[in-house]
Amino acid sequence: MADFLQILVTAVAVGSLYALIALGYTMVYGILKFINFAHSDVFVLGAWTGFTASTLLISRFSISGPPPLWLGPLVLVTAMVVCGLVGFTIERLAYKPLRKAPRLNVLITAIGVSLLLQNVGQLQFPIAPDLALPFGASPKRMPELLPDAALLTMSFGDNQVVIGLVDVIIVVSAITLMLALEVLVYRTRLGAAMRAVSFNTDNAALMGIPVDRVISITFVTGAMLAAAAGFLYSMKYPGLNQPAHEVWVLLGLKAFVAAVVGGIGNVRGAVLGGFLIALIEFMGQFVWARTLDQWFSTSMAPTLRDVYVFAVLIIVLLVKPTGLLGTPIREKV
Amino acid sequence: MPLLEVKNLSVAYGAIKALHGVDLSVEQGQILTLIGCNGAGKTTTLRAISGMVRPSAGQVLLDGKPVTGLKPHEIVRLGMSHCPEGRGIFANLTVDENLALGAFMRRDHAAVNQDRQRVFTLFPRLKERLKQNAGTLSGGEQQMLAIGRALLARPRLLLLDEPSLGLAPQLVQTIFRIITEINQQGVTILLVEQNAHMALNVAHRAVVLETGAVAMSGDAKALASSDEVKKAYLGHG
Ligand SMILES: Nc1ncnc2c1ncn2[C@@H]1O[C@H](COP(=O)(O)OP(=O)(O)OP(=O)(O)O)[C@@H](O)[C@H]1O
Ligand SMILES: [Mg+2]
Repeated sequence: MADFLQILVTAVAVGSLYALIALGYTMVYGILKFINFAHSDVFVLGAWTGFTASTLLISRFSISGPPPLWLGPLVLVTAMVVCGLVGFTIERLAYKPLRKAPRLNVLITAIGVSLLLQNVGQLQFPIAPDLALPFGASPKRMPELLPDAALLTMSFGDNQVVIGLVDVIIVVSAITLMLALEVLVYRTRLGAAMRAVSFNTDNAALMGIPVDRVISITFVTGAMLAAAAGFLYSMKYPGLNQPAHEVWVLLGLKAFVAAVVGGIGNVRGAVLGGFLIALIEFMGQFVWARTLDQWFSTSMAPTLRDVYVFAVLIIVLLVKPTGLLGTPIREKV
Repeated sequence: MPLLEVKNLSVAYGAIKALHGVDLSVEQGQILTLIGCNGAGKTTTLRAISGMVRPSAGQVLLDGKPVTGLKPHEIVRLGMSHCPEGRGIFANLTVDENLALGAFMRRDHAAVNQDRQRVFTLFPRLKERLKQNAGTLSGGEQQMLAIGRALLARPRLLLLDEPSLGLAPQLVQTIFRIITEINQQGVTILLVEQNAHMALNVAHRAVVLETGAVAMSGDAKALASSDEVKKAYLGHG
Protein backbone atom coordinates (compact mmCIF):
# COMPACT_ATOMS: atom_id res chain seq x y z
CA MET A 1 0.00 0.00 0.00
CA ALA A 2 2.69 2.45 0.99
CA ASP A 3 4.71 1.59 -2.11
CA PHE A 4 1.66 2.08 -4.22
CA LEU A 5 0.90 5.54 -2.82
CA GLN A 6 4.52 6.56 -3.09
CA ILE A 7 4.53 5.67 -6.75
CA LEU A 8 1.26 7.48 -7.25
CA VAL A 9 2.86 10.66 -5.88
CA THR A 10 5.73 10.38 -8.32
CA ALA A 11 3.38 9.58 -11.20
CA VAL A 12 1.31 12.69 -10.55
CA ALA A 13 4.40 14.89 -10.36
CA VAL A 14 5.96 13.47 -13.51
CA GLY A 15 2.56 13.42 -15.22
CA SER A 16 2.13 17.11 -14.70
CA LEU A 17 5.49 17.63 -16.42
CA TYR A 18 4.53 15.40 -19.35
CA ALA A 19 1.36 17.42 -19.61
CA LEU A 20 3.27 20.71 -19.76
CA ILE A 21 5.48 19.42 -22.57
CA ALA A 22 2.59 17.76 -24.39
CA LEU A 23 0.81 21.12 -24.46
CA GLY A 24 3.55 22.57 -26.65
CA TYR A 25 3.38 19.67 -29.10
CA THR A 26 -0.35 19.89 -29.30
CA MET A 27 -0.60 23.66 -29.66
CA VAL A 28 1.88 23.77 -32.51
CA TYR A 29 0.24 20.82 -34.19
CA GLY A 30 -3.17 22.42 -33.76
CA ILE A 31 -2.09 25.55 -35.53
CA LEU A 32 0.47 24.38 -38.11
CA LYS A 33 -0.44 20.69 -38.47
CA PHE A 34 3.06 19.37 -38.02
CA ILE A 35 4.99 17.74 -35.20
CA ASN A 36 7.60 20.07 -33.87
CA PHE A 37 10.33 17.55 -33.17
CA ALA A 38 12.54 20.28 -31.77
CA HIS A 39 10.08 20.77 -28.92
CA SER A 40 11.68 18.21 -26.62
CA ASP A 41 15.00 19.97 -27.10
CA VAL A 42 13.45 23.18 -25.90
CA PHE A 43 12.45 21.26 -22.79
CA VAL A 44 16.10 20.20 -22.36
CA LEU A 45 17.16 23.78 -22.93
CA GLY A 46 14.82 24.78 -20.13
CA ALA A 47 16.49 22.38 -17.72
CA TRP A 48 20.00 23.47 -18.69
CA THR A 49 19.14 27.16 -18.65
CA GLY A 50 17.78 26.56 -15.17
CA PHE A 51 21.07 24.97 -14.19
CA THR A 52 23.18 27.75 -15.71
CA ALA A 53 21.05 30.53 -14.26
CA SER A 54 20.99 29.09 -10.75
CA THR A 55 24.72 28.34 -10.75
CA LEU A 56 25.46 31.88 -11.92
CA LEU A 57 23.09 33.48 -9.42
CA ILE A 58 24.40 31.42 -6.54
CA SER A 59 27.99 32.43 -7.25
CA ARG A 60 27.06 36.05 -8.11
CA PHE A 61 25.30 36.56 -4.77
CA SER A 62 27.75 34.32 -2.93
CA ILE A 63 24.93 32.22 -1.62
CA SER A 64 26.01 29.42 0.62
CA GLY A 65 23.72 27.06 2.44
CA PRO A 66 20.04 26.95 1.58
CA PRO A 67 19.24 29.41 -1.21
CA PRO A 68 16.71 32.21 -0.62
CA LEU A 69 13.09 31.66 -1.62
CA TRP A 70 13.16 34.08 -4.55
CA LEU A 71 15.83 32.12 -6.38
CA GLY A 72 13.60 29.31 -7.65
CA PRO A 73 10.92 31.54 -9.18
CA LEU A 74 13.58 33.83 -10.68
CA VAL A 75 15.33 30.89 -12.34
CA LEU A 76 11.98 29.56 -13.55
CA VAL A 77 11.15 32.88 -15.19
CA THR A 78 14.64 33.13 -16.68
CA ALA A 79 14.36 29.67 -18.23
CA MET A 80 10.92 30.50 -19.62
CA VAL A 81 12.09 33.78 -21.12
CA VAL A 82 15.20 32.26 -22.69
CA CYS A 83 13.26 29.37 -24.18
CA GLY A 84 10.50 31.70 -25.33
CA LEU A 85 13.07 33.71 -27.27
CA VAL A 86 14.63 30.57 -28.71
CA GLY A 87 11.17 29.31 -29.70
CA PHE A 88 10.45 32.64 -31.38
CA THR A 89 13.71 32.48 -33.32
CA ILE A 90 13.20 28.88 -34.40
CA GLU A 91 9.75 29.66 -35.74
CA ARG A 92 10.91 32.78 -37.57
CA LEU A 93 14.01 31.32 -39.15
CA ALA A 94 13.14 27.67 -39.69
CA TYR A 95 9.37 27.26 -39.99
CA LYS A 96 7.92 30.55 -41.21
CA PRO A 97 9.67 30.40 -44.61
CA LEU A 98 8.02 26.99 -45.08
CA ARG A 99 4.46 28.14 -44.43
CA LYS A 100 3.37 27.10 -47.91
CA ALA A 101 5.71 24.11 -48.30
CA PRO A 102 4.52 20.49 -48.01
CA ARG A 103 4.22 19.22 -44.43
CA LEU A 104 7.01 16.73 -44.99
CA ASN A 105 9.54 19.50 -45.63
CA VAL A 106 8.57 21.13 -42.36
CA LEU A 107 8.83 17.85 -40.52
CA ILE A 108 12.33 17.23 -41.81
CA THR A 109 13.28 20.79 -40.93
CA ALA A 110 12.02 20.15 -37.40
CA ILE A 111 14.29 17.13 -37.11
CA GLY A 112 17.15 19.30 -38.34
CA VAL A 113 16.41 21.98 -35.76
CA SER A 114 16.29 19.28 -33.10
CA LEU A 115 19.73 17.97 -34.06
CA LEU A 116 21.07 21.51 -34.20
CA LEU A 117 19.88 22.28 -30.67
CA GLN A 118 21.25 19.01 -29.32
CA ASN A 119 24.67 19.65 -30.77
CA VAL A 120 24.92 23.37 -30.13
CA GLY A 121 23.95 22.56 -26.56
CA GLN A 122 27.11 20.48 -26.20
CA LEU A 123 29.49 23.25 -27.22
CA GLN A 124 31.49 24.65 -24.36
CA PHE A 125 32.87 28.14 -24.15
CA PRO A 126 34.01 28.61 -20.55
CA ILE A 127 32.39 31.59 -18.85
CA ALA A 128 33.12 30.86 -15.23
CA PRO A 129 34.91 28.18 -13.29
CA ASP A 130 33.07 24.94 -13.93
CA LEU A 131 30.53 26.67 -16.17
CA ALA A 132 30.43 26.72 -19.94
CA LEU A 133 28.12 28.18 -22.52
CA PRO A 134 26.07 26.70 -23.87
CA PHE A 135 26.21 23.66 -21.67
CA GLY A 136 29.01 21.29 -22.51
CA ALA A 137 29.06 17.57 -23.06
CA SER A 138 29.33 16.23 -19.53
CA PRO A 139 26.56 15.67 -17.00
CA LYS A 140 26.08 18.24 -14.25
CA ARG A 141 24.23 18.42 -11.01
CA MET A 142 21.47 20.96 -10.52
CA PRO A 143 22.14 23.05 -7.38
CA GLU A 144 19.62 22.48 -4.67
CA LEU A 145 17.12 25.33 -4.74
CA LEU A 146 14.69 23.70 -2.36
CA PRO A 147 15.27 22.12 1.03
CA ASP A 148 14.88 18.38 0.65
CA ALA A 149 11.91 18.43 2.97
CA ALA A 150 8.94 16.15 3.29
CA LEU A 151 5.72 18.10 3.34
CA LEU A 152 3.66 15.20 4.50
CA THR A 153 4.64 11.80 5.81
CA MET A 154 2.10 9.05 6.19
CA SER A 155 2.87 5.82 7.94
CA PHE A 156 1.50 2.44 7.02
CA GLY A 157 2.87 0.08 9.57
CA ASP A 158 6.57 -0.07 8.91
CA ASN A 159 6.32 1.76 5.61
CA GLN A 160 6.10 5.46 4.98
CA VAL A 161 4.73 7.53 2.17
CA VAL A 162 6.53 10.82 1.73
CA ILE A 163 5.09 13.72 -0.19
CA GLY A 164 8.11 15.89 -0.80
CA LEU A 165 8.14 19.65 -1.06
CA VAL A 166 9.53 19.30 -4.55
CA ASP A 167 6.59 17.15 -5.69
CA VAL A 168 4.10 19.65 -4.38
CA ILE A 169 5.93 22.55 -5.98
CA ILE A 170 6.07 20.76 -9.31
CA VAL A 171 2.38 19.89 -9.31
CA VAL A 172 1.27 23.30 -8.09
CA SER A 173 3.43 25.19 -10.62
CA ALA A 174 2.40 22.94 -13.47
CA ILE A 175 -1.28 23.18 -12.69
CA THR A 176 -1.03 26.95 -12.30
CA LEU A 177 0.53 27.19 -15.74
CA MET A 178 -2.09 24.88 -17.24
CA LEU A 179 -4.89 26.94 -15.77
CA ALA A 180 -3.28 30.10 -17.11
CA LEU A 181 -3.13 28.48 -20.54
CA GLU A 182 -6.74 27.36 -20.27
CA VAL A 183 -7.77 30.94 -19.54
CA LEU A 184 -5.62 32.24 -22.40
CA VAL A 185 -6.98 29.77 -24.95
CA TYR A 186 -10.64 29.65 -23.94
CA ARG A 187 -11.32 32.97 -22.30
CA THR A 188 -9.43 35.64 -24.23
CA ARG A 189 -9.64 37.30 -27.62
CA LEU A 190 -6.13 36.10 -28.43
CA GLY A 191 -7.14 32.55 -27.51
CA ALA A 192 -10.18 32.71 -29.79
CA ALA A 193 -7.87 33.95 -32.54
CA MET A 194 -5.52 31.00 -31.89
CA ARG A 195 -8.38 28.54 -32.18
CA ALA A 196 -9.62 30.28 -35.33
CA VAL A 197 -6.17 30.11 -36.94
CA SER A 198 -5.95 26.46 -35.97
CA PHE A 199 -9.31 25.76 -37.63
CA ASN A 200 -8.68 27.66 -40.85
CA THR A 201 -5.79 30.01 -41.41
CA ASP A 202 -7.18 31.73 -44.51
CA ASN A 203 -10.51 32.48 -42.95
CA ALA A 204 -8.87 33.68 -39.76
CA ALA A 205 -6.94 36.25 -41.79
CA LEU A 206 -10.25 37.48 -43.23
CA MET A 207 -11.30 38.37 -39.68
CA GLY A 208 -8.40 40.78 -39.48
CA ILE A 209 -6.35 38.39 -37.35
CA PRO A 210 -2.59 38.82 -37.92
CA VAL A 211 -2.01 35.14 -38.51
CA ASP A 212 1.79 35.17 -38.42
CA ARG A 213 1.82 36.92 -35.09
CA VAL A 214 -0.68 34.50 -33.60
CA ILE A 215 1.45 31.57 -34.79
CA SER A 216 4.52 33.17 -33.24
CA ILE A 217 2.76 33.67 -29.93
CA THR A 218 1.60 30.05 -29.95
CA PHE A 219 5.14 28.85 -30.50
CA VAL A 220 6.54 31.03 -27.77
CA THR A 221 3.85 29.91 -25.34
CA GLY A 222 4.62 26.25 -26.03
CA ALA A 223 8.34 26.83 -25.61
CA MET A 224 7.80 28.60 -22.30
CA LEU A 225 5.73 25.74 -20.94
CA ALA A 226 8.41 23.27 -22.01
CA ALA A 227 11.04 25.41 -20.30
CA ALA A 228 9.06 25.37 -17.08
CA ALA A 229 8.73 21.60 -17.34
CA GLY A 230 12.47 21.25 -17.95
CA PHE A 231 13.38 23.34 -14.95
CA LEU A 232 10.87 21.64 -12.65
CA TYR A 233 12.11 18.26 -13.83
CA SER A 234 15.67 19.14 -12.93
CA MET A 235 14.57 20.07 -9.42
CA LYS A 236 13.17 16.59 -8.91
CA TYR A 237 15.91 14.76 -10.81
CA PRO A 238 18.98 16.97 -10.34
CA GLY A 239 21.39 14.83 -12.33
CA LEU A 240 21.42 16.63 -15.69
CA ASN A 241 22.48 14.57 -18.67
CA GLN A 242 24.21 16.24 -21.58
CA PRO A 243 21.76 17.84 -24.01
CA ALA A 244 21.71 15.04 -26.59
CA HIS A 245 21.37 12.20 -24.08
CA GLU A 246 18.82 9.51 -24.84
CA VAL A 247 17.12 10.02 -21.50
CA TRP A 248 15.96 13.42 -22.75
CA VAL A 249 14.88 11.98 -26.05
CA LEU A 250 12.77 9.38 -24.30
CA LEU A 251 11.15 11.96 -22.03
CA GLY A 252 10.26 14.10 -25.02
CA LEU A 253 8.91 11.08 -26.81
CA LYS A 254 6.66 10.16 -23.90
CA ALA A 255 5.30 13.67 -23.74
CA PHE A 256 4.62 13.43 -27.46
CA VAL A 257 2.82 10.13 -26.89
CA ALA A 258 0.80 11.90 -24.19
CA ALA A 259 -0.25 14.54 -26.72
CA VAL A 260 -1.27 11.91 -29.27
CA VAL A 261 -3.10 9.75 -26.74
CA GLY A 262 -5.01 12.78 -25.46
CA GLY A 263 -5.87 13.81 -29.02
CA ILE A 264 -3.26 15.89 -30.78
CA GLY A 265 -4.40 19.45 -31.32
CA ASN A 266 -6.57 19.33 -28.22
CA VAL A 267 -5.28 21.34 -25.25
CA ARG A 268 -7.30 19.52 -22.60
CA GLY A 269 -6.38 16.22 -24.21
CA ALA A 270 -2.69 16.97 -23.73
CA VAL A 271 -3.19 17.45 -20.01
CA LEU A 272 -5.23 14.28 -19.72
CA GLY A 273 -2.67 12.38 -21.80
CA GLY A 274 0.22 13.64 -19.67
CA PHE A 275 -1.22 12.35 -16.42
CA LEU A 276 -2.47 9.17 -18.00
CA ILE A 277 0.87 8.26 -19.56
CA ALA A 278 2.74 8.83 -16.31
CA LEU A 279 0.22 6.79 -14.35
CA ILE A 280 0.48 3.92 -16.78
CA GLU A 281 4.24 4.14 -16.89
CA PHE A 282 4.72 4.06 -13.14
CA MET A 283 1.77 1.86 -12.24
CA GLY A 284 2.65 -0.56 -14.99
CA GLN A 285 6.09 -0.83 -13.56
CA PHE A 286 4.70 -1.29 -10.09
CA VAL A 287 1.85 -3.71 -10.61
CA TRP A 288 2.34 -5.52 -13.86
CA ALA A 289 6.08 -5.80 -13.87
CA ARG A 290 6.11 -7.49 -10.47
CA THR A 291 3.69 -10.06 -11.72
CA LEU A 292 5.84 -10.64 -14.76
CA ASP A 293 8.92 -11.02 -12.66
CA GLN A 294 7.16 -13.53 -10.43
CA TRP A 295 5.91 -15.53 -13.37
CA PHE A 296 9.16 -15.69 -15.17
CA SER A 297 11.38 -15.22 -12.13
CA THR A 298 13.34 -12.49 -13.83
CA SER A 299 14.00 -8.94 -12.79
CA MET A 300 13.31 -7.10 -15.96
CA ALA A 301 10.55 -4.93 -14.53
CA PRO A 302 12.32 -1.56 -14.53
CA THR A 303 13.44 -1.83 -18.12
CA LEU A 304 9.92 -2.48 -19.30
CA ARG A 305 8.27 0.75 -18.21
CA ASP A 306 8.61 2.41 -21.58
CA VAL A 307 6.91 -0.55 -23.18
CA TYR A 308 3.66 0.18 -21.33
CA VAL A 309 3.63 3.73 -22.63
CA PHE A 310 3.98 2.72 -26.23
CA ALA A 311 1.58 -0.17 -25.81
CA VAL A 312 -1.01 2.32 -24.64
CA LEU A 313 -0.25 4.49 -27.63
CA ILE A 314 -0.87 1.59 -29.98
CA ILE A 315 -4.08 0.56 -28.24
CA VAL A 316 -5.48 4.09 -28.22
CA LEU A 317 -4.60 4.60 -31.87
CA LEU A 318 -6.32 1.32 -32.77
CA VAL A 319 -9.46 2.03 -30.80
CA LYS A 320 -9.74 5.78 -31.28
CA PRO A 321 -7.29 7.06 -33.88
CA THR A 322 -7.99 10.71 -33.07
CA GLY A 323 -6.91 10.23 -29.45
CA LEU A 324 -9.11 10.32 -26.37
CA LEU A 325 -10.41 13.88 -26.68
CA GLY A 326 -9.64 14.43 -30.35
CA THR A 327 -12.48 14.96 -32.78
CA PRO A 328 -12.24 14.32 -36.50
CA ILE A 329 -12.56 17.59 -38.38
CA ARG A 330 -15.89 18.08 -40.06
CA GLU A 331 -16.73 21.05 -42.17
CA LYS A 332 -20.27 21.70 -43.23
CA VAL A 333 -20.54 22.93 -46.80
CA MET B 1 -14.15 57.90 -57.69
CA PRO B 2 -15.46 54.32 -57.28
CA LEU B 3 -15.00 52.75 -53.86
CA LEU B 4 -13.42 49.65 -55.41
CA GLU B 5 -11.63 49.48 -58.70
CA VAL B 6 -10.11 46.37 -60.22
CA LYS B 7 -7.82 46.92 -63.18
CA ASN B 8 -6.55 44.29 -65.56
CA LEU B 9 -6.54 41.64 -62.83
CA SER B 10 -4.89 38.31 -63.69
CA VAL B 11 -4.49 35.34 -61.38
CA ALA B 12 -2.84 32.00 -62.03
CA TYR B 13 -2.85 28.90 -59.82
CA GLY B 14 0.39 27.32 -60.95
CA ALA B 15 -0.10 26.59 -64.62
CA ILE B 16 -3.85 27.21 -64.49
CA LYS B 17 -4.78 30.76 -65.51
CA ALA B 18 -7.97 31.54 -63.64
CA LEU B 19 -8.34 35.24 -64.52
CA HIS B 20 -7.00 37.17 -67.47
CA GLY B 21 -7.33 40.92 -67.28
CA VAL B 22 -10.55 41.48 -65.36
CA ASP B 23 -11.73 45.08 -65.00
CA LEU B 24 -14.57 46.13 -62.77
CA SER B 25 -15.50 48.89 -60.41
CA VAL B 26 -18.04 49.29 -57.63
CA GLU B 27 -19.50 52.70 -56.91
CA GLN B 28 -19.94 53.86 -53.34
CA GLY B 29 -23.35 52.79 -51.99
CA GLN B 30 -24.17 50.38 -54.80
CA ILE B 31 -24.54 46.63 -55.20
CA LEU B 32 -22.50 45.11 -58.01
CA THR B 33 -23.18 41.49 -58.79
CA LEU B 34 -20.66 39.22 -60.40
CA ILE B 35 -22.29 36.28 -62.16
CA GLY B 36 -20.96 33.45 -64.28
CA CYS B 37 -20.83 29.69 -64.66
CA ASN B 38 -18.93 27.31 -62.42
CA GLY B 39 -15.25 27.87 -62.74
CA ALA B 40 -15.65 31.26 -64.40
CA GLY B 41 -13.36 32.82 -61.81
CA LYS B 42 -15.80 34.63 -59.50
CA THR B 43 -14.35 33.29 -56.27
CA THR B 44 -10.85 33.90 -57.55
CA THR B 45 -11.75 37.54 -58.25
CA LEU B 46 -12.95 38.02 -54.67
CA ARG B 47 -9.91 36.22 -53.27
CA ALA B 48 -7.58 38.47 -55.22
CA ILE B 49 -9.44 41.58 -54.08
CA SER B 50 -9.23 40.63 -50.40
CA GLY B 51 -5.58 39.63 -50.63
CA MET B 52 -6.01 35.87 -50.22
CA VAL B 53 -4.29 35.17 -53.53
CA ARG B 54 -1.62 37.29 -55.11
CA PRO B 55 -2.48 38.42 -58.64
CA SER B 56 0.08 37.81 -61.36
CA ALA B 57 -0.81 41.16 -62.90
CA GLY B 58 -3.17 44.05 -62.38
CA GLN B 59 -4.26 46.25 -59.54
CA VAL B 60 -6.91 46.51 -56.87
CA LEU B 61 -7.71 50.02 -55.66
CA LEU B 62 -9.75 50.84 -52.58
CA ASP B 63 -10.64 54.55 -52.39
CA GLY B 64 -8.24 54.99 -55.27
CA LYS B 65 -5.34 53.60 -53.25
CA PRO B 66 -3.69 50.33 -54.30
CA VAL B 67 -4.12 47.47 -51.84
CA THR B 68 -2.48 44.84 -54.03
CA GLY B 69 0.25 43.08 -52.06
CA LEU B 70 -1.22 43.85 -48.65
CA LYS B 71 -2.01 40.92 -46.37
CA PRO B 72 -5.69 39.98 -45.96
CA HIS B 73 -5.78 41.14 -42.34
CA GLU B 74 -4.39 44.53 -43.35
CA ILE B 75 -7.05 44.92 -46.03
CA VAL B 76 -9.82 44.13 -43.52
CA ARG B 77 -8.60 47.07 -41.48
CA LEU B 78 -9.15 49.38 -44.45
CA GLY B 79 -12.85 48.62 -44.38
CA MET B 80 -13.29 45.61 -46.64
CA SER B 81 -14.94 42.48 -45.32
CA HIS B 82 -14.94 39.22 -47.28
CA CYS B 83 -17.53 36.59 -46.53
CA PRO B 84 -15.89 33.63 -48.28
CA GLU B 85 -17.30 30.79 -50.35
CA GLY B 86 -18.41 28.01 -48.01
CA ARG B 87 -19.07 30.62 -45.30
CA GLY B 88 -15.78 30.29 -43.45
CA ILE B 89 -17.38 29.57 -40.09
CA PHE B 90 -15.10 28.45 -37.28
CA ALA B 91 -16.98 25.30 -36.34
CA ASN B 92 -14.91 24.72 -33.20
CA LEU B 93 -15.85 28.13 -31.78
CA THR B 94 -19.19 29.23 -30.37
CA VAL B 95 -21.51 31.53 -32.29
CA ASP B 96 -20.62 34.25 -29.83
CA GLU B 97 -16.88 33.76 -30.39
CA ASN B 98 -17.36 33.76 -34.16
CA LEU B 99 -19.17 37.08 -33.92
CA ALA B 100 -16.49 38.48 -31.63
CA LEU B 101 -13.80 37.55 -34.16
CA GLY B 102 -15.71 39.55 -36.76
CA ALA B 103 -14.90 42.62 -34.68
CA PHE B 104 -11.38 41.37 -33.89
CA MET B 105 -9.50 44.52 -34.85
CA ARG B 106 -12.01 46.99 -33.45
CA ARG B 107 -11.41 48.84 -30.20
CA ASP B 108 -14.64 50.89 -30.14
CA HIS B 109 -16.44 48.47 -27.82
CA ALA B 110 -19.59 50.53 -27.43
CA ALA B 111 -20.05 50.72 -31.19
CA VAL B 112 -19.31 47.00 -31.55
CA ASN B 113 -22.11 46.33 -29.10
CA GLN B 114 -24.49 48.48 -31.14
CA ASP B 115 -23.50 46.59 -34.27
CA ARG B 116 -24.14 43.31 -32.50
CA GLN B 117 -27.65 44.47 -31.68
CA ARG B 118 -28.10 45.41 -35.34
CA VAL B 119 -26.97 41.95 -36.39
CA PHE B 120 -29.42 40.39 -33.93
CA THR B 121 -32.22 42.50 -35.43
CA LEU B 122 -31.30 41.18 -38.86
CA PHE B 123 -30.85 37.60 -37.64
CA PRO B 124 -32.78 37.00 -34.42
CA ARG B 125 -31.92 33.31 -34.67
CA LEU B 126 -28.27 34.01 -33.89
CA LYS B 127 -29.14 35.54 -30.56
CA GLU B 128 -30.77 32.29 -29.44
CA ARG B 129 -27.70 30.29 -30.42
CA LEU B 130 -24.89 32.35 -28.92
CA LYS B 131 -23.37 29.68 -26.68
CA GLN B 132 -23.70 26.89 -29.23
CA ASN B 133 -20.77 25.61 -31.24
CA ALA B 134 -21.02 27.19 -34.68
CA GLY B 135 -20.44 23.79 -36.30
CA THR B 136 -23.80 22.62 -34.98
CA LEU B 137 -25.76 25.37 -36.75
CA SER B 138 -27.80 24.50 -39.81
CA GLY B 139 -26.44 25.59 -43.17
CA GLY B 140 -28.79 28.57 -43.30
CA GLU B 141 -27.92 29.62 -39.78
CA GLN B 142 -24.25 29.37 -40.65
CA GLN B 143 -24.83 31.69 -43.58
CA MET B 144 -26.54 34.18 -41.27
CA LEU B 145 -23.61 33.91 -38.89
CA ALA B 146 -21.14 34.48 -41.72
CA ILE B 147 -22.92 37.60 -42.91
CA GLY B 148 -23.51 38.89 -39.41
CA ARG B 149 -19.87 38.32 -38.51
CA ALA B 150 -18.70 40.15 -41.62
CA LEU B 151 -20.92 43.09 -40.68
CA LEU B 152 -19.29 43.30 -37.25
CA ALA B 153 -16.10 44.47 -38.93
CA ARG B 154 -18.25 47.49 -39.86
CA PRO B 155 -17.14 47.28 -43.48
CA ARG B 156 -17.63 49.97 -46.07
CA LEU B 157 -17.30 47.29 -48.71
CA LEU B 158 -18.73 43.81 -48.23
CA LEU B 159 -17.72 40.93 -50.52
CA LEU B 160 -20.26 38.11 -50.49
CA ASP B 161 -19.48 34.80 -52.20
CA GLU B 162 -22.67 32.88 -53.00
CA PRO B 163 -24.62 33.72 -49.86
CA SER B 164 -27.69 31.81 -51.14
CA LEU B 165 -25.86 28.57 -51.87
CA GLY B 166 -27.67 25.53 -50.51
CA LEU B 167 -30.48 27.45 -48.85
CA ALA B 168 -34.21 26.70 -49.08
CA PRO B 169 -36.06 29.06 -51.45
CA GLN B 170 -37.71 30.92 -48.63
CA LEU B 171 -34.42 31.53 -46.89
CA VAL B 172 -32.92 32.68 -50.19
CA GLN B 173 -35.61 35.38 -50.33
CA THR B 174 -34.75 36.40 -46.77
CA ILE B 175 -31.03 36.56 -47.45
CA PHE B 176 -31.54 38.76 -50.50
CA ARG B 177 -33.89 41.01 -48.55
CA ILE B 178 -31.22 41.38 -45.90
CA ILE B 179 -28.56 42.11 -48.51
CA THR B 180 -30.72 44.98 -49.75
CA GLU B 181 -31.25 46.15 -46.17
CA ILE B 182 -27.52 46.14 -45.45
CA ASN B 183 -26.91 48.08 -48.64
CA GLN B 184 -29.54 50.65 -47.67
CA GLN B 185 -27.72 51.15 -44.39
CA GLY B 186 -24.80 52.41 -46.48
CA VAL B 187 -22.65 49.35 -47.11
CA THR B 188 -21.33 48.92 -50.65
CA ILE B 189 -21.62 45.30 -51.79
CA LEU B 190 -19.86 43.10 -54.30
CA LEU B 191 -22.11 40.06 -54.65
CA VAL B 192 -21.07 36.82 -56.33
CA GLU B 193 -24.05 34.62 -57.15
CA GLN B 194 -25.17 31.55 -59.04
CA ASN B 195 -28.74 32.66 -58.57
CA ALA B 196 -28.49 35.23 -61.36
CA HIS B 197 -32.19 35.96 -61.29
CA MET B 198 -32.25 37.15 -57.68
CA ALA B 199 -28.85 38.79 -57.92
CA LEU B 200 -29.75 40.90 -60.95
CA ASN B 201 -32.93 41.81 -59.17
CA VAL B 202 -31.25 43.39 -56.13
CA ALA B 203 -28.09 44.74 -57.82
CA HIS B 204 -27.53 48.13 -59.38
CA ARG B 205 -24.89 46.96 -61.78
CA ALA B 206 -23.68 43.57 -62.97
CA VAL B 207 -20.63 41.97 -64.48
CA VAL B 208 -20.75 38.65 -66.31
CA LEU B 209 -17.59 36.58 -66.08
CA GLU B 210 -16.78 33.86 -68.60
CA THR B 211 -13.64 31.72 -68.35
CA GLY B 212 -11.71 34.30 -66.44
CA ALA B 213 -12.64 37.38 -68.41
CA VAL B 214 -15.45 39.93 -68.40
CA ALA B 215 -18.02 39.00 -71.05
CA MET B 216 -20.61 41.68 -70.35
CA SER B 217 -21.19 44.43 -67.88
CA GLY B 218 -23.65 47.19 -67.29
CA ASP B 219 -26.88 48.13 -65.58
CA ALA B 220 -28.34 45.11 -63.77
CA LYS B 221 -31.89 45.59 -65.04
CA ALA B 222 -30.67 46.08 -68.60
CA LEU B 223 -28.54 42.94 -68.45
CA ALA B 224 -31.41 40.97 -66.97
CA SER B 225 -33.49 41.74 -70.03
CA SER B 226 -30.73 41.12 -72.57
CA ASP B 227 -31.15 37.99 -74.64
CA GLU B 228 -27.69 36.55 -74.02
CA VAL B 229 -28.05 36.76 -70.27
CA LYS B 230 -31.57 35.41 -70.33
CA LYS B 231 -30.44 32.45 -72.35
CA ALA B 232 -27.22 31.62 -70.53
CA TYR B 233 -27.96 32.56 -66.93
CA LEU B 234 -31.67 32.94 -66.38
CA GLY B 235 -32.63 29.66 -67.96
CA HIS B 236 -35.19 30.96 -70.44
CA GLY B 237 -35.40 33.24 -73.47
N1 LIG C 1 -6.52 26.51 -55.50
C1 LIG C 1 -6.67 26.30 -56.82
N2 LIG C 1 -5.74 25.59 -57.49
C2 LIG C 1 -5.86 25.36 -58.82
N3 LIG C 1 -6.88 25.80 -59.55
C3 LIG C 1 -7.83 26.51 -58.94
C4 LIG C 1 -7.79 26.80 -57.55
N4 LIG C 1 -8.88 27.51 -57.22
C5 LIG C 1 -9.57 27.66 -58.36
N5 LIG C 1 -8.96 27.08 -59.39
C6 LIG C 1 -9.41 27.06 -60.79
O1 LIG C 1 -9.63 28.39 -61.21
C7 LIG C 1 -10.81 28.50 -61.97
C8 LIG C 1 -11.74 29.53 -61.36
O2 LIG C 1 -12.19 29.04 -60.12
P1 LIG C 1 -13.17 29.85 -59.16
O3 LIG C 1 -13.26 29.14 -57.88
O4 LIG C 1 -12.73 31.26 -59.13
O5 LIG C 1 -14.54 29.74 -59.97
P2 LIG C 1 -15.99 30.24 -59.55
O6 LIG C 1 -16.45 31.15 -60.64
O7 LIG C 1 -16.01 30.77 -58.20
O8 LIG C 1 -16.81 28.88 -59.64
P3 LIG C 1 -18.07 28.39 -58.76
O9 LIG C 1 -19.26 29.07 -59.26
O10 LIG C 1 -18.12 26.92 -59.05
O11 LIG C 1 -17.76 28.68 -57.36
C9 LIG C 1 -11.41 27.11 -62.03
O12 LIG C 1 -11.06 26.55 -63.29
C10 LIG C 1 -10.75 26.37 -60.92
O13 LIG C 1 -10.58 25.02 -61.24
MG1 LIG D 1 -16.90 30.17 -56.46
